Amino acid sequence: MEELTWKVGGAQGEGIDSTGEIFATTLNRLGYAVFSYRHFMSLIKGGHTNYKVRVTPQPSGYHGDQLDILIAFDQRTIDENSDELGKGSVLIYDSGRIRSPQLPEVEGMYLCPVPITEMAKEIGSPIMKNMIACGITAALVGLSMEAFDSLIVERFGGKGASIIASNKKAIHAGYNYARDHFGRLKRLPTLSQKKEGSYLFMSGNEAVGLGALAGGCRFLAAYPITPATEIMYFALENFPKFGGKVLQAEDEIAACIMAIGANFAGVRAMTSTSGPGFSLMQEAIGLSGITETPLVIINVMRGGPGTGLPTKTEQSDLNEMLYGSHGEIPRIVLTPTTVAECFWMTAEAFNLAEKYQCPVIVATDLFLGMSKQSVREDQIRFKDVRIDRGALLKDEELAQITKGSYRRYELTSSGISKRTIPGQKNGRFVAMSNEHDAGANEEIEDPGTRIEQMSKRMRKLQGFDVDSWGYVYDGPEETELTLVGFGSTRAQIAEATHLLRDQGMQVGHLQLRVVKPLPEKSLKRILQGAKQILVVENNATGQLADWLRARIGFHEKISSCLKFSGDPFTVKEILDKCKLGQKVVN
Amino acid sequence: MAKLQDFRTKNKPTWCPGCGDYAVLAALQKAAVNLELEPEEIALISGIGCSGKISQYFGSYGFHSLHGRSLPTATGVKLANQDLTVIAAGGDGDGYGIGMGHLVHAVRRNVDLTYIVMDNHIYGLTTGQASPTSERGFRSKTSPDGAAEEPVKALETAIVNGASLVAQAFASDIKQMTSIFQEAIRHRGFALVNCFSPCVTFNKVNTYDWFRENIVNLDQREDYDPYNREEALQMLRETKGLVTGILYRQERPPYHEVMSGAHTIATAKLDLSLSEEDEQSLLASFR
Repeated sequence: MEELTWKVGGAQGEGIDSTGEIFATTLNRLGYAVFSYRHFMSLIKGGHTNYKVRVTPQPSGYHGDQLDILIAFDQRTIDENSDELGKGSVLIYDSGRIRSPQLPEVEGMYLCPVPITEMAKEIGSPIMKNMIACGITAALVGLSMEAFDSLIVERFGGKGASIIASNKKAIHAGYNYARDHFGRLKRLPTLSQKKEGSYLFMSGNEAVGLGALAGGCRFLAAYPITPATEIMYFALENFPKFGGKVLQAEDEIAACIMAIGANFAGVRAMTSTSGPGFSLMQEAIGLSGITETPLVIINVMRGGPGTGLPTKTEQSDLNEMLYGSHGEIPRIVLTPTTVAECFWMTAEAFNLAEKYQCPVIVATDLFLGMSKQSVREDQIRFKDVRIDRGALLKDEELAQITKGSYRRYELTSSGISKRTIPGQKNGRFVAMSNEHDAGANEEIEDPGTRIEQMSKRMRKLQGFDVDSWGYVYDGPEETELTLVGFGSTRAQIAEATHLLRDQGMQVGHLQLRVVKPLPEKSLKRILQGAKQILVVENNATGQLADWLRARIGFHEKISSCLKFSGDPFTVKEILDKCKLGQKVVN
Repeated sequence: MAKLQDFRTKNKPTWCPGCGDYAVLAALQKAAVNLELEPEEIALISGIGCSGKISQYFGSYGFHSLHGRSLPTATGVKLANQDLTVIAAGGDGDGYGIGMGHLVHAVRRNVDLTYIVMDNHIYGLTTGQASPTSERGFRSKTSPDGAAEEPVKALETAIVNGASLVAQAFASDIKQMTSIFQEAIRHRGFALVNCFSPCVTFNKVNTYDWFRENIVNLDQREDYDPYNREEALQMLRETKGLVTGILYRQERPPYHEVMSGAHTIATAKLDLSLSEEDEQSLLASFR
């Protein structure tokens, strides 16, 4: 795929993110597909941070393996990112701050020293470095300086005309310097047609918030935690506009239980968190299961265990999501593979939670949750979202039954019993965390009742047609190798698949959107036709591979491609594991 | 209009004969009738323990939740539907042990609910272990040499953290308890009612007689001013917490009126549809 990859790096607190976001947003508006990836640390000032942007003709879902342009505000940026530099890469560095640069041994690289700090001081503030960097970039890739104008006015308009003027001055300074000293060294991808404004620039976290709102969610209780807090920000900004409420809880135990209480009282409610918070929610997951109260949990995974890697990505909560909480309950675990899926699958999560009256976990990770990227506008459409409240009894229906005869946990063949909500006449019941009979009375002695209620709950998901949308498969029926992933790894696996096919290999790509329940019939059929299966996942122990072995089989041909450094996969890492013509399974 | 019968269920309480919780249940049923509430307008959210079983015996909607989690459950219920009368209930272990963290925050928020704690100074359902309100030196299965900890000062904690109503009742005075419950339910904001509810089976120290001999009844003190915070704290110190009546109250807006997303329409009654204009304005920030 034609691409341009760009990165700016420096110390945290230098405005790196805003430089990256201005560049990426501008290109997105011009109709380019961009993917941005933030590398950051769990501190406020200092350290190293960078912002990478990959520009492609079509949305790619991935930030690319290599770098065309690296703008380094400090030496550490060069050191930390040298493995992405190669022949033809352009390295721009702040020559005022890096007097004698230590450079990587890369042949055919363009070295472009620019006295960025001095230029910024001349304009009036060191923070102007960021706009100078944008100007330099514009000259290097043949973008007009005016491209940034509208965004500058939007961002800094509130701060007065002089601030706008200095920002524009900084862009001009960077642009002129780069044009005069280096010229146009790189090209933006060619766009087949002018498609201005056809992409939204959105992160997975934002899409989750939007999907929740579109899906009728009107209550969020959560505790601040990286990388999930943006969901809370989105809710705080937008839920109140539609009568929805947002609460910062004292901890994740309370947050999750509040969401259960709100669902019990008839509101579509959720909580959002990451690993450490998700661990605290385990008892609540079981509570939702036995009381048959709908619940939606968003788990934006990060590196664990303990406090782990708060600002790094990982897919290591799979086992906890599949099995966590004592006892046994029905549950659904959704793993959206794109930003657009974060939108519609979160909306759908509320339908599933109310239909099956059980906990639904929507799992993303830092990589998908926090990476802002171009999303086709026609993939985020509210009219595609339907709201189905499930088996809720209407007041008129309740008026027709004999007083006191309503039974909340009635035994049914589907396992799903009709719900009422507090406030409804004739619908009284107690949501029971203790084992209970059909009438919601505590019954912990009678084994027959226990077996009936347990079986009723556990059969609820039999009607869930997960095979119709629980996965995406791209490939022929018979393959030499089928790559399998879940959630956010889709883009890199897809690119690796295409590259392998270019080399003449018969490759399939299976990406799971739902990991519990698994679309078992489809998986058995698809994986049957694969000579070898490579399961690609961001964790150390191969949790998805184990889950597939347990539920699908094919032990002899499954192997793993694992990464748990905290960074997302590169395409190269996947390719290295699937060397052409070699046996992958060891 | 609802009658006492409407607040009863067909479940027969499994509490021991003489348990203080019977009085709490009776007083709550009476208070609901006196306040002319309908059973479907109330949600009683209980924790786990002997006292947590109360939701099984009270004829309103209910949620028999997890140990220590009645307050977050009740908070979710109230914020979802502010038109409901929400009552949380549990024991001293449930509320002041495993659930203590939630108490302080529910108090700070001033969630509009009544929290009834049936305080017997012991764990009953697990057959007699020291509780957070057990006196220092109290001997039990888990404190064979006498409890080494100070008892928790739940009422003081609630008051200093901004509770808007704090009261205490005693199971042998159902009349006072009923009237306190009525005040607490009518009160707009968080109301903590600690109810001395003796455990006749496992606690042979803090018996009905022991409470009767030691309790000071504020209803008999005409000069007591419940709006005076310092006086309330002073009273709790002087009586070592053995005092009944409305100890403290203040006016504070309930949480659902001031939180992010406060709205005059109950959240559960909102129309969930979004218009084309809503969609466009939401998407504008992503362009």
